[in-house]
Amino acid sequence: MHRVSYGTLSAVLGVLLVLTGLTVAVSYVDLGAFNVWLALGIASTKASLVLLFFMHIRDEGRLVVLSFLGTVLFLAIMIAFTFCDVAFRGHIGI
Amino acid sequence: MKPAMDDRGKRLGMWLFLYTEVMLFGGLFVLYAVYFSMYASDFMAGGKELDRFFGTVNTVILLVSSLAVAASITAVQRNEKRASVVWLTAAILCGALFLINKYFEWSHKIHEGIYPGSDDLIYGEPGRNIFFGLYYIITGLHGIHIVIGMALLGVALLFTIKGRITGDNHVFLENAGLYWHLVDLFWIFIFPLFYLVL
Repeated sequence: MHRVSYGTLSAVLGVLLVLTGLTVAVSYVDLGAFNVWLALGIASTKASLVLLFFMHIRDEGRLVVLSFLGTVLFLAIMIAFTFCDVAFRGHIGI
Repeated sequence: MKPAMDDRGKRLGMWLFLYTEVMLFGGLFVLYAVYFSMYASDFMAGGKELDRFFGTVNTVILLVSSLAVAASITAVQRNEKRASVVWLTAAILCGALFLINKYFEWSHKIHEGIYPGSDDLIYGEPGRNIFFGLYYIITGLHGIHIVIGMALLGVALLFTIKGRITGDNHVFLENAGLYWHLVDLFWIFIFPLFYLVL
């Protein structure tokens, strides 16, 4: 299996720590609804770094990469369908 | 005769299990999202009551522990047994540190009368009750995952010391590592959702 050097691992940790600082910093700035999306965007970036460099997902090949993305897609479907219900309750006058 | 090895298959099995974990925590995140959309102001007030400092420190601890686990795999691949043992021990200690912080955080909140079923929550705002209910369920489930992850890393540490995990055969360590990284991934989302809601 592919080896990841200590240097790469430390660099990734550095970026993760910077992103943690960034997400704490922006939480003090009122951006309205954008705050939530920014926090989730930074979290997703951090998650991608962990998956790519700590979990070596690319070395596993297409099967694992695609099935992982499939899992995320189904999670998105679960969220979307739930909100199709919850977000519009009481809006339709039946 | 050399027994058949299927490291790829063993890792695939671990990934499949991780997908079920994603759906487990994903379901709880959906619950959070729905109630956040209904009680946004209560969630924001609740988030301000949580200690950002503790949350940030625990995030850093878990990120460092993930690095330690990844480094222990690199070390074992280079046949540096000693280094691998040191990295794994560091990762387990990080997990313990995380749990100690969580213990102080929870007991502080419980001392303030904020716990599931407490009068403060039951007779207060419903959104506040739901926020702290989700806080205890999600961080509690995450804490259980930390304990399981530490146990798996502990077994990997023992196997490494005994020479059962080597440069040629370290799929157990890789799978324990995958589990640990996933637990770290969940915390990466839990942290902003609970501690940083504006």
